[in-house]
Amino acid sequence: MNSNLPQAQLSYWIAFKAIFVRELKLAWQKPSQIIQPMVFFLIVVTLFPLGISPAPKTLQMIGPGVIWIAALLAIMLVVDRLFRQDFQEGTIEAWLLSTVPMSLLVAAKLLAAWFISCSVLLLISPVLALLMNVESQVIPALMLSLLIGTPILLFVGAIGNALTVSLNQGGVLLSLLVLPLYIPVLIFATSLIEAASFNMDYSGQLAILVSMLLVSCFFAPVAIAAALKNTVN
Amino acid sequence: MQFNSFTEVLAMGGYGAYVWSSVAIVFAVLLMLIVHSCTAKNRTLRLLRIEQERADKISQAKVANAQALFDKK
Amino acid sequence: MWKWLHPYAKAETAYNLCYRLLPYFSWLAAITLIAGSIWGLLYAPADYQQGDSFRIIYFHVPTAIWSMGAYTSMAICGMVGIVWQIKNAELAVYAIAPVGAAFTFLALVTGAVWGKPMWGAWWVWDARLTSELILLFLYLGVIALYNSFEDKRTAARAASILAIVGVVNVPIIHYSVEWWNTLHQGASITKFDKPSISPDMLWPLLLNIAGFLFILAAITCLRLANQILINDARRPWVKALVEQSSTEATSLVKGK
Repeated sequence: MNSNLPQAQLSYWIAFKAIFVRELKLAWQKPSQIIQPMVFFLIVVTLFPLGISPAPKTLQMIGPGVIWIAALLAIMLVVDRLFRQDFQEGTIEAWLLSTVPMSLLVAAKLLAAWFISCSVLLLISPVLALLMNVESQVIPALMLSLLIGTPILLFVGAIGNALTVSLNQGGVLLSLLVLPLYIPVLIFATSLIEAASFNMDYSGQLAILVSMLLVSCFFAPVAIAAALKNTVN
Repeated sequence: MQFNSFTEVLAMGGYGAYVWSSVAIVFAVLLMLIVHSCTAKNRTLRLLRIEQERADKISQAKVANAQALFDKK
Repeated sequence: MWKWLHPYAKAETAYNLCYRLLPYFSWLAAITLIAGSIWGLLYAPADYQQGDSFRIIYFHVPTAIWSMGAYTSMAICGMVGIVWQIKNAELAVYAIAPVGAAFTFLALVTGAVWGKPMWGAWWVWDARLTSELILLFLYLGVIALYNSFEDKRTAARAASILAIVGVVNVPIIHYSVEWWNTLHQGASITKFDKPSISPDMLWPLLLNIAGFLFILAAITCLRLANQILINDARRPWVKALVEQSSTEATSLVKGK
């Protein structure tokens, strides 16, 4: 019996890695998952100067908020189909049957999803910052806020997706469930950028964002596992 | 009593429209909620009754069909 | 220690309990609400700054308090339902949600109506009103999620999970909005700093706060009983009730 223990522990890691690698491979075969949110992000940001005003001063003022709202909507797009295919193919039932805790598998899936869909948002954000006339010394703060903020949005959104995955009408309902929960992230991230643009210390906002990230890391996989179990049963 | 006449009560020191409209909205919404909740039981029972009757009819029809089939044989 | 609670996990017992508690809650609600409202609207002294417009406080504050209280109790029910697998607690989530949503709506509307004479605008992005608006969205999410499922058992569990996730977020949202509000000073006007509210004004307020709590409890009892009925539709005790109601209905028709 004792000899089984280290093996069992090992299998957790193997399962985690297997799901992570599988997700990356799937994304590599179908790169629309990578490209579509990125293009959406770009288009939404483009709409704002056209809709409000292209004056550099205005753009500078609304820039961080606009980029963040666009990122938030792009992540809604990512989240909307996060578990859908797994649910339809029965992968989630297979997860339920495995000896590995469901929340661990979910965590692997989420981590992979962040690498696939959110890291590209992070990478093109400097370009958008230039479009929105954000000063160059603010760009690191913007990227930092996206680095910490996007996983929170992804994790919280994934809860919403797990709750609605068995319903056909997903999209609108999902945004109703999830967008109110995004508000604190939006507030602290944009104020972090604002503080950076005034050359002020933004470690306070950063600390709050990091603590929200830790809380969501800890709770989201558990909540998602509970929600998925509920819809499968 | 803070007011000397009924018209003063209605006027509420000039804020009558605001005060009385909010009172009206509060009690209207509460009333709607109460009526909706009070009739909920009857609605549910009626729904279940219709379902029950339909189930009875289906089972009766099944029995009749089986009987007819049996008689034919 | 908790043994006495166990029978109430049974649907029929809980159903009967709801109807046993209902008259107490409704009478208490009726008495306190009528007394508090009349006292507040007619007998309490006018505020020295806001005049008689402050009387909206007697509806705004109780609904605002219990809109948050209802959300918390909804989440506690959800938590109890999910953790201890108690079905009645899950059903209570959807029983409370519409009442809480109605209270939130009322707090928003009375806040706006109060804001018009005080601030000169129907809506100001004040911290309290903003977090109340977000609370309304959270309620609507729970209701919409419950209603989108065909299978009501799954619906109740999904709504419970969402309520728990929401309640973790409510304090975060509240403080973030408050902080955001102090950051953008432009719109922030404190509604009423009350170092000491006079007892003549306070008593009716307390009465109405109690009254709204009792009416919340009464309506929740009614709706919970109904939820239990729907959930247990296939059980013999519900079938007996249905039969009884159908004989009553036919006798009513014959009587006419």
